[in-house]
This record gives sequence, structure tokens and C-alpha cells, in this order.
Amino acid sequence: MSTASTTLPSAGPVVGSRSFLRRLREGDEIVRLITFLFAASVVLITLLLVFELWQGSVLARHKFGFAFFATRVWDPNAGEFGALPFIFGTVVTSAVSLLIAVPLGIGAAIFLAELAPARVSDTLEFFIDLLAAVPSVIYGLLGFLFVVPLMRDFIQPRLKDSLGFLPFFKGPAYGIGFLTAGIVLAIMVIPYIISVSREVLLSVPRDQREAALALGSTRWESTWKVVVPFARTGIMGSIFLALARALGETMAVTMVIGNTPSISASLFSPGYSIAAVIANEFTEATGDLYPQALIELGLVLFLLTFILNGLARILILATSQRGSGMGNA
Amino acid sequence: MYSKWFDEYHKKDTNIEINYQSIGSGGGIKQVTEGTVDFGASDGPMNDDQLKAFQDKHGFAILHFPTVLGAVVPTYNIPGVTTDLNFTPEALSGIFLGKITKWNDPAIAGANKGVNLPGNDIVVVHRSDGSGTSYIWTDYLSKISDEWKSKVGKGASVNWPVGLGGKGNEGVAGLVKQTANAVGYVELIYAIQNKMPYGTVKNSSGAFIKADLAGVTAAAAGAAKNMPDDFRVSITDAPGKAAYPISSFTWLLIPAKFSDGAKRDALKGFVKWMLADGQNYAESLSYAKLPKEVVAKEVKALDGIQ
Repeated sequence: MSTASTTLPSAGPVVGSRSFLRRLREGDEIVRLITFLFAASVVLITLLLVFELWQGSVLARHKFGFAFFATRVWDPNAGEFGALPFIFGTVVTSAVSLLIAVPLGIGAAIFLAELAPARVSDTLEFFIDLLAAVPSVIYGLLGFLFVVPLMRDFIQPRLKDSLGFLPFFKGPAYGIGFLTAGIVLAIMVIPYIISVSREVLLSVPRDQREAALALGSTRWESTWKVVVPFARTGIMGSIFLALARALGETMAVTMVIGNTPSISASLFSPGYSIAAVIANEFTEATGDLYPQALIELGLVLFLLTFILNGLARILILATSQRGSGMGNA
Repeated sequence: MYSKWFDEYHKKDTNIEINYQSIGSGGGIKQVTEGTVDFGASDGPMNDDQLKAFQDKHGFAILHFPTVLGAVVPTYNIPGVTTDLNFTPEALSGIFLGKITKWNDPAIAGANKGVNLPGNDIVVVHRSDGSGTSYIWTDYLSKISDEWKSKVGKGASVNWPVGLGGKGNEGVAGLVKQTANAVGYVELIYAIQNKMPYGTVKNSSGAFIKADLAGVTAAAAGAAKNMPDDFRVSITDAPGKAAYPISSFTWLLIPAKFSDGAKRDALKGFVKWMLADGQNYAESLSYAKLPKEVVAKEVKALDGIQ
């Protein structure tokens, strides 16, 4: 959004009204102003959102303070509200989904961009864009009617038999829970990762590949050691997009997560996410404190998104430095 | 139900159009209190704090008018069991408190002689979204179990001791259908429309009643004798031999004073029609009619609106 750094050499402060009018006539100033307003509106909306969430949760914030983050109880009748199980559920389901979606998505993008014939690649891209546009309630239905029974009758019993010694795969197999929610989220975010990563990989200059091949690399070496590192920032961007969607997803998650505020190491256990509990309870939340506690959860989700995005950015910075070092070697 | 009534009434008197939004009791009560809407509707009555908040803000009261009756039924999915199960209050509270965990527990088996109940773990399913259905269900459990009352209480959303949450009647029904050995609760109208199996519940006279519209009206009639003047009465666990114990009124919330006379008369006209002709539409939509005693009392109360 750096519209200010156009090629105009005299883009400093306006000195006289005459020169301003002249430039106005040229239209540059108008474009500058309008695009600036567009860019500023993003910041304004964000600030307004934080302000509203902050104002709307004043009672709950004063009553619970930081204990809100550490309390496990959510009891509207007793007026006790804690965010911990919902934070846990949101983070765990998002993490599971990225764990599945990132390797699959990037792998598919590499195939489409580097290995597949252009016709196949374009046709598949059409389907991927279609998948990205499917409303989340449809994914929720797919999850509830297809993934849940599949998990309960096939995948969970097999996981229990083979990896049951791990704490992650214990307890009764209801079919719903953290793992199922993570899988449905993964299905939802894979199209984003593929679509954006494929575009980025395709935009890597041809010279890069040819140079690697000319130095005697195999096709795979040129892809993995040259093309992918070149496109790293864009690929990371696709993962951000996926993370943002996974954190905030409401409808599909609530249909398959079990909606029980619990904290458990087992991914088979039913859980709850922040977005899901807000959607479930806000319409019937009466009194003063109860709706405010739900709004505070919204604030927590905002904060969580902010922190996780920040952490991811730091991670990229760290890996990109290592990556460029490797490229030089 | 309300959309049907407003449609029919509009056909009858085309001058009157009622704009109805279904936004949930929380928002509904808030909007009524703030005066952004002329009147509201709710599955659960307003509590004393909410009434006081209205009184303080406007200087006059908000009145409750019962409109129809609904009921909530226990539904289940036990492989091999095809007969209607009988549920005692002790069994229902025990299951939902997480104290009864097997289907062949004596508390369940005792009321179901001759049914071959398995020794499997019970999977409890409840509503995850705040709802009038949960309100009625937890109101009933609070009445028949002191432990439930002190530990959990009643409300549109509560801190459930056990179980999985499904969104909406369809979410609960879907989970129960999918999950072997599950038990949940849904609105009677939903169970009837979707032909779901549901159990009988033992009422305060000791009879096992399979919920139907007559049983619900009977519960209302049993409670009508002691109907308070503000109509805010819970008819769960109502007296009467034929009364189905998990029944409830739904209410219109109408301010006691209107500044706009034309609006007041229009609304009064609608409520009068709803109490007379309008009641005939209830049963076709699987809601139970109001008992005559309640209608008579409401018509009288309607005159009090200024």
C-alpha cells in the first residue's frame, strides 16, 4: 500500500495552492487520496473492532481480569466464565489442521507448478478454486455425515490399536472431537495453500530453474533447493491465510467438535473452540455479564490471531535467513 | 409458529403487518427492554431482574401472554431396542448428571421390564446452542432433582456435567442417530416431524406418558388452576394424571402501556385473534393449544394494556 512512493520526484509537502491545483488536475493527487483512504480504512476497521470488543466486555474484564485466560469453568448459571478450554480447542484444532494441510498443500502445489502438464495444472486449479469457494456449512455437513462416521468406525479404532500408547489417541471413539475438527479444517484450508503456493511457484523466473539444471541438478533438486526457497515468502503467506481461516472457522467446527469445553491430551476427546461457542451461545445469552464474557472471548480470539501471526512471522524471518545462507553455499 | 400467525392475520386484516425477526431470546429480551421493538416473544419467561430493568427504564411493566405449548422428549439410539423406553425422573437426572453410565443400570431397567438393555456406556447428547429447548429440559431436571438444581440449574445454556453438544435440534438428532447407545433430547415437534423414536416419561402422578399434544395441554390445564396473574409459570412436572411432565408455554412479551394508540389497538386485536381463531393453527404445526381457562384469563388481562 505504499502509494506515497510513486515515481513523482516532487511528492513532498505541497507548497502553494497553485501547484496543488495543477497536480489535482493531473489526477495523481486524487488517486493518491482515494487509494490512501482505502488503505486507511483497513486500519480504521481494525481499530474500531478492537475498540468495540474492548468496550463491550468492560464488565467481564473487570470481574475476571487475567484469570479469564486461566479459568476452566464456563457456567452461565453461576456467572463463572473462563476462556482456557476454548483457547485450547482453537489452538489444537488449528495446529492439527496445519500439520495435515501444509505438507499436502505444498506438495500438491509443487506438482501442479513444476511437474504437471499445463493443461492438467489449469484444470485442477479450476477445481481448487471451486473448493475454496464452497461455504463452510457445506464442509460442516460433509464432516458430520461422512468424516465423523469414518473416524468413529475406521480411523479411530485403528489409531487406538496401533498408536494407542500415545496420550493423543485415548478414550472412547465418538467420531467427533479435536482430531475430526482438525481434519475437516485441513480439508477446508488445503485449497488456499495449493492455490496461492502454485501461483507463487509459477512466478519464479525460468532462469532460476535453468541455471540449477545447467549446474547438473536433477529436476527434484532444482525444485526443492532453488524454486521452493525462492518462493518461500509467498508459500508462507499461503500458510498464514490457512491459519487465519482455521482459527476463525465457526460453522464447520461446531458441527464436528462436540461442543464440550474440555481440555484433554487426547485428540479423540470432544472439545470447543472460541468462534464456535460465540456462535452457539450469543443469541440466547441474557443478563449483563454473560454476553460480555462472550464478547471478551471475541477479544481473546483477536489477540490469539495477532500473537500466532506474529510468531509465524518471526519463524519465517528465522528460516529465511538460514535459507538464504544455504542458497549461497 | 409466529410467522404462520402473522401471515394469516395479515391475510385477514391487510392493514396490519407485523415484522417478525427470529433472533433468539437474549437479543429479543434486550430489544424489548430497550424499546427498539413493539413486542417480543420468548420460550423462557423473563426473570425478576429483567422485569425490574424494564420497569426502571420505562416506568411501567412488561406483560407475559402465553401463546401455545411445546414439549421436549428424550430420544435415544440403542442397537437392538425397538420398543419405547420408559424413563423415570431419577433415570433422566442420573443419566444427565453422569451418575448412571450403563443402559442396564437398575434405575433404567426397573422401569423397562422385558426390554433387553445392553451393558454399554451411555453417550449423552445435549444442545450446544442456547435454546428454549434446553431451558425447558433443565427446568424439568431442576424440579425433579435437587442435585441438578444445586449443581447445574436451569437455563438456555448450562454447564453440562457430561455429554456431547449438537447444534440445534438437528445436531442433537444427528448425533443420537449416528452414535450407538446415545441419548438426547429434542423438541416434540421435531421428533414428530422427523418420525424419531422417543421415550415416555413418568409424571408426578406416577404414570408413564408418551408425549403428544393432548398430554401437553393436560399439563397446562393442571397448572392453570394455580396460574399466577403474570402468567410466568413453569408447567414442567405439572400435576394431573394425563400431564406430560416436560411441557412449557411460550410467551409474547407486551409492554403494559403504548404511546401510540393505533399500534396498541392493532396488537390487542392480533392477540385476541391469536387466542381464538389462531389457536386452530397450532396443532397442524404440532404445537399444543392453550387450555380454555388460560385463554379466558388472558383475554381479561389484555384489557389491562393501556
